[in-house]
Amino acid sequence: MSAHGNTDMHEHPVGSTKLFAWVWFWLLLLTAIEVFLAYERLEVHLMITILVGLSLIKSALIMSYFMHLRFERLGLFLLLVPAMVFCICMMLIMFFPDSIRLMNLRPH
Amino acid sequence: MSDTELEGIVESPWSGGASPFAINSKKLGMWLFIVSDSLTFSALLVSYAYVRLENPNWPRPFEIWPAIAKSSFMTFVLLSSSLTMVLGVNAAFRGDRKKTVRYLIATMICGLAFVLIHATEWVTLFSEGVTPWSNPWGTPLFGGTFFGLTGLHMLHVTIGVAYLAIIAWGFGKGKYTADHVEVSGLYWHFVDLVWMFIFPMVYLLSVNPK
Repeated sequence: MSAHGNTDMHEHPVGSTKLFAWVWFWLLLLTAIEVFLAYERLEVHLMITILVGLSLIKSALIMSYFMHLRFERLGLFLLLVPAMVFCICMMLIMFFPDSIRLMNLRPH
Repeated sequence: MSDTELEGIVESPWSGGASPFAINSKKLGMWLFIVSDSLTFSALLVSYAYVRLENPNWPRPFEIWPAIAKSSFMTFVLLSSSLTMVLGVNAAFRGDRKKTVRYLIATMICGLAFVLIHATEWVTLFSEGVTPWSNPWGTPLFGGTFFGLTGLHMLHVTIGVAYLAIIAWGFGKGKYTADHVEVSGLYWHFVDLVWMFIFPMVYLLSVNPK
């Protein structure tokens, strides 16, 4: 805790160096898998699905450990994440049906 | 009114004195900024995906060597900078000013390395004839979306380096508290997080299919 007060505001949960090193290792491992998939030149649709899935896992790791969200109150998570996810889903609902329709319309 | 009475009022949840998230206002402000900024990047990524699906002649110019290798190394550098940042925040809360400043400087060096490597990549693309409005391979939208997405991210990294420099200077002098370091850390991790989407979407999905 800092010497400048705020001691009653929150007890800072100090994760250990080992924990953060582990998270870092996992993030690197997942990145390596992604690069390997690109090297193998998977079929595009499968590739997008796997890449988005892995990216979501990676961002969850970063947010929960590096950004400490796991150690905050549940209220903060509920304030931030559901609204953000909802807005992103709205963007996807607006864009992709139209985009995929046009993609299927065009002559092959 | 005596002090104890006043405290009783301030502490009551009904009079606005409570702190529902148990964090300081700087941190809440940064979190709200991060949410809005993440929507900016989401909008850019979604529109990128849209125009990419629309255009059958989307160029896929990146070779495994050197472009993908280079961008993978950039990812490694950025992830490592997040590790040094989080260790810096820990050192700050332990009150170890010297170590914190060292970790922050390590983070800044990684950030600068990221920007410099990225800049060399831009220069390579320029020399291959890619501009925001044209390129030799296919739809001109490739350049616009590529430079737009990576450029905005690069701007975030550059601003982050400047932000960390100010925080490191102020924390080293005892002007700032560990809370300031933590809030700057949130921003830095967010910049890292955005790259975790840009790297697969823009680079790995544009690997040369040959």
